[in-house]
Amino acid sequence: MKKVLEIEGLFVDLQLPAGTLQAVQNVSFSVNQGETLSLVGESGCGKSLTALAVMNLLPPSGRFRAEKMEFMGESLLGVNEAGMAKVRGDKMAMIFQEPMTSLNPCYTIGNQLEEAYLQHRNVPESEARERAIYLLEKVGITAAASRLSQYPHQLSGGLRQRVMIAMGLMCGPALIIADEPTTALDVTIQAQILALLHALQKEFNMGLILITHDLGVVARMADRVAVMYCGQVVETGLAAEIFNNPKHPYTRGLMDCIPVPGKVEPGQKLGSIPGIVPTPIGNLHGCLFRNRCRYFRSKCAAENIPLIELGPGRAVRCISEQINS
Amino acid sequence: MNTEDTTNGKLSDLGIKVDYPTPNQIMFRSMARHKGFLVGSAVLVIVVLMAVLAPVLAPHDPYEQNLSMRMIPTVWQENGSWEHPLGTDNMGRDYLSRIIYGSRVSLMIGFLVMIIAASIGTTLGLLAGYFGGRVDMVVSFLITVRLALPAVLVAVAVVALIGGSTKVVIMVLGFLIWDRFAVVIRASTQQIRPMEYVAAAKAAGCSTRRILIGEVMPNLMNNLIVVMTLEVARAILLEAALSFLGMGVQPPTPSWGLMISEAKEFMLFDPHLITIPGIALFVLLLGMNLLGDGIRDVTAPEGRS
Amino acid sequence: MIIYIVKRMGLALAVAVAVSMVSFMLIRMSGDPAIALAGENASSEEIEHVRAQYGFDRPLVVQYLDWGMKAARGDLGESPYFHLPVKQILGDRIGVTLTLGACALVFALVVSIPMGVLAAIRPNTWWDRTALGISVVGQAMPSFWFGLILIIIFAVHFRLLPVSGSDSWKHYILPTITLGYYATPAFMRLLRSGMMEVLASDYIRTARAKGLRWPKVLFKHALRNAVIPVVSLAAVQLGFMLGGSIVVESVFALHGIGYLAWESIGRSDLPVVQAIVLLLSMIYVFLTFLSDILNAALDPRIRMM
Repeated sequence: MKKVLEIEGLFVDLQLPAGTLQAVQNVSFSVNQGETLSLVGESGCGKSLTALAVMNLLPPSGRFRAEKMEFMGESLLGVNEAGMAKVRGDKMAMIFQEPMTSLNPCYTIGNQLEEAYLQHRNVPESEARERAIYLLEKVGITAAASRLSQYPHQLSGGLRQRVMIAMGLMCGPALIIADEPTTALDVTIQAQILALLHALQKEFNMGLILITHDLGVVARMADRVAVMYCGQVVETGLAAEIFNNPKHPYTRGLMDCIPVPGKVEPGQKLGSIPGIVPTPIGNLHGCLFRNRCRYFRSKCAAENIPLIELGPGRAVRCISEQINS
Repeated sequence: MNTEDTTNGKLSDLGIKVDYPTPNQIMFRSMARHKGFLVGSAVLVIVVLMAVLAPVLAPHDPYEQNLSMRMIPTVWQENGSWEHPLGTDNMGRDYLSRIIYGSRVSLMIGFLVMIIAASIGTTLGLLAGYFGGRVDMVVSFLITVRLALPAVLVAVAVVALIGGSTKVVIMVLGFLIWDRFAVVIRASTQQIRPMEYVAAAKAAGCSTRRILIGEVMPNLMNNLIVVMTLEVARAILLEAALSFLGMGVQPPTPSWGLMISEAKEFMLFDPHLITIPGIALFVLLLGMNLLGDGIRDVTAPEGRS
Repeated sequence: MIIYIVKRMGLALAVAVAVSMVSFMLIRMSGDPAIALAGENASSEEIEHVRAQYGFDRPLVVQYLDWGMKAARGDLGESPYFHLPVKQILGDRIGVTLTLGACALVFALVVSIPMGVLAAIRPNTWWDRTALGISVVGQAMPSFWFGLILIIIFAVHFRLLPVSGSDSWKHYILPTITLGYYATPAFMRLLRSGMMEVLASDYIRTARAKGLRWPKVLFKHALRNAVIPVVSLAAVQLGFMLGGSIVVESVFALHGIGYLAWESIGRSDLPVVQAIVLLLSMIYVFLTFLSDILNAALDPRIRMM
């Protein structure tokens, strides 16, 4: 299978008044054509910043560096703003968390759908319009042609997120990055949007990076998973492996937080992870999860923990024998 | 608790110092770093000292006319002397002394006008923001009507009809410029009203009066102080404009606006008579505005960014 | 949309009526108009004569209704000083004031829009500090003093422009700058903060994620949104500037209604003063109504209501 995106050694730093926040540290992953990679972790673990770094859309206080960042065989490192603009919205699209605020209130849906297509393809407006109608129908919006003249505030959150997806698909991208695409939506709408994303991804054979904190979403959607904690990938593997045999204490903790019908008795307490996430500012050393870990031993604080390969595409950032035996 | 201690201990293991400053420390630190705040406070302190110590600082009586000493140039001009560092005006009065005494007029009027305006505006804003509905409609309407009236023109007309005196100027301006208090306090009260502590006070059976004074007002203080500072500046500016138009403080009181007005006819040959009181006025207004903006920045919950 | 316009219009009318009451009462409550009209030294018979002639002996409500009904039809009475209809006097002068107001508004927008936008996209740079400096200074600068300084520099010292009067376009340059600079800080601050807020918004990120070029992101997506509140402010500021024209026009002896108001106050020409207060208030009410309509045209969220 063809690799769409390959990233090695990505770091993202945020300059804050309190110091430099090392939001993403040495993250590596790749996405293949037609494959869904899920970045999982709590809010603030650096998963969104990873995606924004790929798009080169970090906030002004953010800087990134990487050893390797290849998109469809071409390096994105050192590409200037104009060069990135050519890639964005064309072969690489992004869907954001907040459909309510991600559309410009001053312009019609049609205008905002068409402008990306007109930007990247030298086509007449009528063709962009047809494409917009086609995609609105694809994402399950009825009376698509009449929607084009509507303004964002006239649509519900679910409809807006469908519009955002259609917008991402306008130029037929090879990779879609969806950053918590269903978090802001009602539960029933969430399922619809996820099913839609899944179907479209298979139909157009796109790579999909799905960023979420919701393991339920991961279980339904992901082929492969990278679990992130405090800016680092702590565990990677096939979705099935991660769910059936979680290795890292953090991943295990996350799994214990989900109620599973049949497995968890009514009235039984769900698991929780004690302690708080440290803020990655200053000189980081040792395992960042150790203050919350029940397997903590002095060795964990002494050295930096590498990702330990367990098999092809399977790795965990933990040195505890109890984990690896 | 025990778990908390260990958590903190391990946080510092990670190289993270858990040394959170208190809100007051944060405020003092940002005050010390905020240039506008520092400059503004310095200006205000200097002008207040000038006003308080006017009899000590002023080399001459600001009202004393000496027709043989008219239009003496400043010390940096030709024929100037240290006897009258800023020269004299067309009546032979020492300009420096008049500037020093002028600070009293500006500060007193600015402060008293602000007090009147603050009482009216804060009351209206508080009632509108807290009770909403009809009360809010009436107050909003009053604010719109007030904004529609041209303030300077109305003030000038009323002062002219009643007769100009410092007292009249203070009353008229006080009753004219309450609008910003009402607007800001109304908006902040609307934000505070749905808060849990207000609901808690209500549930505890506190009277409306008690809630307004005990719960709402303290949380308005930051905003109120900012508006107070800015409105003192606005009142000083309006007093100067009124005096400049001849409908404010009456001669021979040394008001900076009046001094500019009196110096207008000597603009051609003695422009310093205009520039000096203008600079005094400008520096005071600049200081008050910087102070107001500074207080807003340092008391803002997110700090400044 | 129609409901919105009707509501706004209703509010504007209510404010207009209230403002007319206030401007009527202001003049009446500030003293006996008969004495003011007859003059300080008039005998009691003369005063009584004036009282009867102008109908000041009738109940206040009757007087107001009479005056208000006439004013609504455009009859503002007669000026005892000019012995001409007030309407005609104002008609001769209003053009100058409106020209000055329009020029000043254009000046303020031309200066503040580019500077505010640049300050927002390059925060904490040299540009941003310059813009901040201009707005801080502008806020603290008394406009009458600034006008005099401009006269001293450009008219007296360099002899580039006329000192005063309203005969040619050259006479408008300094007043335009004076009045326009007064409005600039508010525009600049609003544009800078509005633009920064918009640039940090989700839909700007969406626009960039679409691969749009920076100028298109800036002008199509950001500026369009940031400009909406500026329209409201422009209407309000123009209203304030016209109200403040009394100061600037008297500095430059520009023969608009502000200068007329000042002169008329000096000669107790009450019908003229009253009419000018009313007229300026009505213009303000109209401008705010206009800005509501413009807002609806610019913002689809209001338009679709």
